[in-house]
Amino acid sequence: MCARQVAGRGAGGAIAISMRISLACKLLLLSFLCGCESAPPEVRLFPADQPPAMLSEWGVVFARDDHLALNTDVIPYELNAPLFSDYALKLRTVWLPAGSAAIFAADRELEFPVGTIISKTFHYRKASDWRSDFNSVDYAAQEEAANSVPPLDLSRHVLLETRLLVRYAEGWQAFPYVWNAAQSDATLEIAGDLKQLSLHKDGETQLVNYVVPDVNQCGGCHTPDHSAGDLRPLGPKAWQLNRRFAWWPDEANQLQHWSRHGILQDAPDLPPTELDSVQARARAYLDANCAHCHNPAGAADTSALHLNIGAPLDRNFGLCKTPVAVGRGSGDLNYDIYPGRPDESIMVFRMRHSDPAIAMPELGRGIVHTEGVALVGGWIAAMDGEC
Amino acid sequence: MALLSLTAALAACSENAPPEPDAAALAYQKQLQEQLIRAQPGDVITIPAGVHPINRGLSLTVSGVTLRGEGMDKSVLSFKGQLQGAEGLLVNASDFTIEDLGIEDTPGDGLKINEGRNIVIRRVRTEWTNGPDEDNGAYGIYPVQVENLLLEESVAIGASDAGLYVGQSRNVVVRNNRAERNVAGIEIENTFDADVYGNLASGNTGGILVFNMPDLPQPGHSTRVYKNRVIGNNTDNFGAAGTPVASVPAGSGIVINSNDRVEIFDNDIADNDTANIIISSYFATGYQGTREMAADYDPYPETIYVYGNRFSGGGSSPDGLDLKALKVAMFGLNGSFPDVLWDGYANPDKVDADGNLLAEHAICIDNGDAEVLNADLPNGSDNIVVGAKQHRCVHDKLPAVVLAAPLQ
Repeated sequence: MCARQVAGRGAGGAIAISMRISLACKLLLLSFLCGCESAPPEVRLFPADQPPAMLSEWGVVFARDDHLALNTDVIPYELNAPLFSDYALKLRTVWLPAGSAAIFAADRELEFPVGTIISKTFHYRKASDWRSDFNSVDYAAQEEAANSVPPLDLSRHVLLETRLLVRYAEGWQAFPYVWNAAQSDATLEIAGDLKQLSLHKDGETQLVNYVVPDVNQCGGCHTPDHSAGDLRPLGPKAWQLNRRFAWWPDEANQLQHWSRHGILQDAPDLPPTELDSVQARARAYLDANCAHCHNPAGAADTSALHLNIGAPLDRNFGLCKTPVAVGRGSGDLNYDIYPGRPDESIMVFRMRHSDPAIAMPELGRGIVHTEGVALVGGWIAAMDGEC
Repeated sequence: MALLSLTAALAACSENAPPEPDAAALAYQKQLQEQLIRAQPGDVITIPAGVHPINRGLSLTVSGVTLRGEGMDKSVLSFKGQLQGAEGLLVNASDFTIEDLGIEDTPGDGLKINEGRNIVIRRVRTEWTNGPDEDNGAYGIYPVQVENLLLEESVAIGASDAGLYVGQSRNVVVRNNRAERNVAGIEIENTFDADVYGNLASGNTGGILVFNMPDLPQPGHSTRVYKNRVIGNNTDNFGAAGTPVASVPAGSGIVINSNDRVEIFDNDIADNDTANIIISSYFATGYQGTREMAADYDPYPETIYVYGNRFSGGGSSPDGLDLKALKVAMFGLNGSFPDVLWDGYANPDKVDADGNLLAEHAICIDNGDAEVLNADLPNGSDNIVVGAKQHRCVHDKLPAVVLAAPLQ
């Protein structure tokens, strides 16, 4: 088992070191390093219809010594274009059963083996007046989070929820866990939850009705093929993973590390994803935030607006496209994208609003993503043409 | 000092917070969510009598489930103050029945069913209880991309788009419903094989709409609208501009836009102040812009057959300055438009040497003394024609829609 240890660069003392070595090694080392803790449980799979009540029972991520720690062989990862979730920071991890590997796929998510557990923990940076009964949090840029590495310091971060996607022979299942006030563990809540946050950003304070999705709502996004209806991971696609991540010790990108580590097969040697133009960044953003529904097989194919990253930049991408069943979401505007006129583009109008009747995306966003509006609006502003 | 600032912070927070539903309501909401999530095929989920406040979107993805209340005015899900979700209840499932339930005051759509087969919606009421308002949600009952649908004995009030809307579907029966004070009462869009009968549409902006929109996966055709009462649909259009229904003038009884093979017969159509029937093309909506239309989109209404309806009143006070001026110029202050308005757009590839639509594509009005006003919009209304003889023709009648098992 020691042979599969993950050689990450440490940032957090004994816990961090222990995180990056396999269980067998750790059992030997623990008594020297701390001598005070029982070993974490091994990662454990449960039947799809018998998920445990507590997150810790999976043994993937768990709170320990005022940190959120990862178990042995649980690998954190970052994406090039993350989904916006009310400025929550996200710790993403993947764990594969010993000896198994994901298979590379060029234009959809990697094909993960049965037994894979993907986790995503949503957290915020605590504000100075944070209390366990008053979720006052500070904005932190996603890029900043992407450069920080687990384990997560719980004196500085408050955990809201951890979502698991688990690959069974019959397909993926979603399990939302909500962290308790003591931040010691998270409880399975298939009906999700609603938490109120006070978010400080740019000198202003916003009230956030932070929604933990219910299990069906997990499928509201994680069913990119709406007719097939099967849950799928959305983030771990090759272009999304194709970047370096500070958790790894060198400049190689995540795909290369996953291949070296034996958890990814058949990956070609790709140059890193370059999001070096406004258009590339805007399209990556729209793919990550919209295309799980807005693709030719998605739930929003009813609108015939397709925003997936491979879609042609034509009327069905919104260019001079009139809306269909838009209701109040039209904002009294006629076209989804009016080239050169972001203020006359329905797409931007819907991104600027948080009213549930208007806001896009429909799930997972309760407040406006100012930077996303600026990116997409700027891209549209630079377009030529008339409608 | 620290205590003071803490208290101030708490006070500020509570001022911004939305009203908290009480614990019992939240407990019921959670119970209902869990019932929907854990549902198994064959389950009947009952909703007890009472008004149940819900502040999140509900959804169902399991086929073979029945959701049943104790009556559309007794078991009510109230979404006033809903914090999240673009609809009240979102269903992606087949063999689904929903009945005897009220859904009120959703910020977005009331009931949306996105993809599914064998759907029954019976005695469901969607209502915005404050009446017509531009801030109401868009659609009341909104099945889209479904096959084999029975929508009956339901009620829709106050939707800022369409009260009862069937989109991109096939094999559809919409009967014995009531649609009041919506922008569109009943709308059939990009759907084929639909029978719409026995309904009452009154007090909407437009009573019953049969539309085709461009760029969608499926064009619509073959809709029969019969034995309905379409009365006094004169409410000012309160829909958001940019939506397809925003182009509908107040006072529209039945509107066919860009759809083909539509049969309108045996209806009572009265007192719709712009016109009892409007037949128009996508060009008349004003949305076309300068770009080319999708190549596979047919913007012309064709093979339209209107017969045996009972018209009374209507056309006396059209909406919009152009129509008002036209009406006064042609028919005088106290006169009225004829029962049928047609914008005059015809596909140049489907007309004869005189510019009349070929017989198989014709707009046939065989309805007693009812007349047609051809507004001649393609030529800037240079040659407006009023009469019936250009439209005196018949088409083969469409077959009745037969719902497939298990809805027979």
